[in-house]
Amino acid sequence: MVNPQLARTGQFSKIRVTRLGAALVALLLTFGVHAASDVELEPAGNDPDNIKSLQSGARNFMNYCAGCHSAKYVRFNTLARDLELSEDQLVENLMFNAEKTFETIQATMPLDDAARWFGQPPPDMSLMARARGTDYVYNFLKGFYIDPESPTGVDNRMLEGTSMPHVLWELQGYQKAVFSTDENGTRHFEHFESVSAGSMSEDEFDEFVRDTTNFLEYVSEPIRSTRRVLGVWVMMFLIVFWIIASMLKKQIWKDVT
Amino acid sequence: MARVESEVGTRSGAFMKWIDDRFPFTETMKYHITEYYASKNFNWWYIFGVLAMVVLVIQILTGIFLTMNYKPSATEAFASVEYIMRDVQWGWLIRYMHSTGASFFFIVVYLHMFRAMLYGSYQKPRELIWIIGMLIFFALFAEAFAGYLLPWGQMSYWGAQVIISLAGAIPFVGDALVEWIRGDYAISDITLNRFFAFHVILIPLALAGLVFLHIVALHHVGSNNPDGVDIKKKKGPDGVPLDGVAFHPYHTTKDLVGIAVFLMLFTGVVFFAPDMGGFFLEHANFEPANMMATPEHIAPVWYFTPFYAILRAVPDKLWGAILMAGSVLLPAFLPWLDRSRVKSIRYRGWIYKMALMLFAISFVTLGWLGLQPAEGIYVMMARVFSVIYFAFFLLMPYYTTIDKTKPVPDRVVYHG
Repeated sequence: MVNPQLARTGQFSKIRVTRLGAALVALLLTFGVHAASDVELEPAGNDPDNIKSLQSGARNFMNYCAGCHSAKYVRFNTLARDLELSEDQLVENLMFNAEKTFETIQATMPLDDAARWFGQPPPDMSLMARARGTDYVYNFLKGFYIDPESPTGVDNRMLEGTSMPHVLWELQGYQKAVFSTDENGTRHFEHFESVSAGSMSEDEFDEFVRDTTNFLEYVSEPIRSTRRVLGVWVMMFLIVFWIIASMLKKQIWKDVT
Repeated sequence: MARVESEVGTRSGAFMKWIDDRFPFTETMKYHITEYYASKNFNWWYIFGVLAMVVLVIQILTGIFLTMNYKPSATEAFASVEYIMRDVQWGWLIRYMHSTGASFFFIVVYLHMFRAMLYGSYQKPRELIWIIGMLIFFALFAEAFAGYLLPWGQMSYWGAQVIISLAGAIPFVGDALVEWIRGDYAISDITLNRFFAFHVILIPLALAGLVFLHIVALHHVGSNNPDGVDIKKKKGPDGVPLDGVAFHPYHTTKDLVGIAVFLMLFTGVVFFAPDMGGFFLEHANFEPANMMATPEHIAPVWYFTPFYAILRAVPDKLWGAILMAGSVLLPAFLPWLDRSRVKSIRYRGWIYKMALMLFAISFVTLGWLGLQPAEGIYVMMARVFSVIYFAFFLLMPYYTTIDKTKPVPDRVVYHG
């Protein structure tokens, strides 16, 4: 029912909904076989408190990603406020396909067409970093390699059989992946080898991807920095509350022997 | 001048008299609060009852505000949660408090139940308190399960799919039953709507009623204590138990200190780690429900995993479901499984101490195993610890009879 090869590599398997119930439990009882992941990830190393990096990430996202990917829960004006951008900066540099600052980030490409072209519409990016983790996003963006059999000419280390083309090829260039095969005949990713250079050096490209990942982490939870700052104040209040409560308890219990 | 000052006294006294003639206000306050005497040697294990109450209030208050902005519809639910997180003023705080509250409810209730096992609080005459408590526990399970579907993420959907389909293991009526629960051939908008009704009306109402009964029963027989002695047997000339102090102001001020510490832990999670590394908010639940795509790894939220591990330890679906149900139901019989003459662990023999420790270890380990893939060594371990879990309860009538107990003192003892 579930193709182990697809499940193992993270590709979702499509299953018929009919008679699902009984099959599912049987599936779950033996589930772990498909859940094991041997992919070792390079840490993203991004810092969501770095506003400059977030601004660069926003620029990268709007220029390279937002043509196909929406971030439909993210409002431009919230973005500008959190990333410390003026309205002019926002309108000129980021709002390519929106009229009002309260609008959310929509993909330029019509979703129906996208579904026809790619098999499925490109997923929304609002929560991608939170659902998959920043390391996943970072390694995905760096993980395209040449695959002559794929319609887009590339495959991805993180999501085998992805229908996404190598959007950043001009910046990164092209690379090929080196795999090893174990005794069971399973392919294991080893490393990448550069085939053609892009306009960016390796470090520059890492920075580019790190900023973009950082931005995606920000949009997945815009309130993150606010809650952490507020949390310190709440904690200080509670310490005072705890001290007063302790003194009150001591006073009341004075006469208990 | 003819007014009887001592009886009426002030205007508020007159007002209270007017009330008390019509409603037992002062009497009730005395009975349950100012003249409810509980042992003065409560240790920190005794904080979890009041903390459960605190969490219940947090859940109800935050729940009300969430309901104002949430849309129980398959097409809108996921987006409405993100709307709460991003656009509703303080919505993120309310939602994080509610999601953190769900996990803390179980932490607090599990510790509350373990306290009862440590000090034999379920023993005579507190069997009914325990039974009502177990009903609260079942209601809490249902409440958490229904609530988990509402955000309509991938784990909401597939977690519910797995658990509901368990009913399909019942012979003959199974498939029909599953369809009846879902109200559809798959989990759908209809299921979401009825789960919303259960989560915000039916179960909270039942919970409130059960909590009320739990406390009425408790105050009728009085609280147990770490020594398991009956403080009502030794009373002073004023009729007040010598080892008891009034709930208010003594235990209320003591509880306030515990509540302050609890709130620090609680807000620590809310503000600094609302996901708790995927334990409180599962990563996969940040992807909207998709009935065409199964997540790689379906694991229930952590508080269900001990029982989930028991389910998966059994190779047969029906027996797995039966044993899982059994593992949840068995603790309800504790008052009759435990044949010991003493209540508290302080005066029990080594056999019970060891049994309880093994039980605690197996419960925690099963919880961990429920999060692991069911393969190889994990399945074997789940089987071993499931056996220990059941043995703790089923062999209890035997080992509590032969266990050598120590003499119980007449009065409560302070242990520093």
